[in-house]
Amino acid sequence: MEMKYKTENRQLTITLTGELDHHAAKDLMDSIDRCMEQNLPTKTLLDLGGLTFMDSSGIAVVLRAKRRMEALSGTLVVVNIPRQASRVLETAGLGRYVDLV
Amino acid sequence: MKTKCTNYITLEFLSHSANEGFARGAVACFAAQLDPTLEELGDIKTAVSEAVTNAIVHAYPDRLGKIVIKARILEENVLELSVRDWGRGIADVEKARQPLFSTGGEERSGMGFTIMESFMDRLTVRSQEGKGTRVTMRRRIQPRRAVQ
Repeated sequence: MEMKYKTENRQLTITLTGELDHHAAKDLMDSIDRCMEQNLPTKTLLDLGGLTFMDSSGIAVVLRAKRRMEALSGTLVVVNIPRQASRVLETAGLGRYVDLV
Repeated sequence: MKTKCTNYITLEFLSHSANEGFARGAVACFAAQLDPTLEELGDIKTAVSEAVTNAIVHAYPDRLGKIVIKARILEENVLELSVRDWGRGIADVEKARQPLFSTGGEERSGMGFTIMESFMDRLTVRSQEGKGTRVTMRRRIQPRRAVQ
């Protein structure tokens, strides 16, 4: 699991690569928290395009990122969702709470 | 009536979270002989990951323990998986199967059983407090016809 980020005009883009499961989730949540606290974005794009696998741990990661952005009065958009990850997010009905593009 | 098993594997491993990827990968390799689509294979890997993670997080919250996966190929292209642990068990299985119910950490969403149910054709959960849990799942792989 690898995370990269870039910022431009207070828009933070976080790109995930690899397999997102329970083993990876805790460290990833902490890394995303730190990244948001350091950059104080008004909008975050969470780019899942590089994920080769995601289970329900990914739901917890997305919801935590959403709550962090709300605490910063900002927004979260999840983009480039691979088919397998999309099925997991759809099953959880996450589209009702988070912008999934 | 018993369903005939044509092939099987057994995997035994410790409840280290690092083994989650190994477990779903090994089952996916075994299931590949049924010629699943990428989507079917993704569903199987996801269900295995959920069941194994449940065992790691809930069965053995404060120690390492044994997890055994049995994967069997049954008649009519059916894959049967059982994930067993000898951990603390589930007090109320029906409650545990409800969406968003979780006693795990914040990295758990409470959607594990819901995803297993949605991604597989059949799910049964047997558990006894203090003795462990066995999750059994079945998924029929759609036979594919060769392109003419």
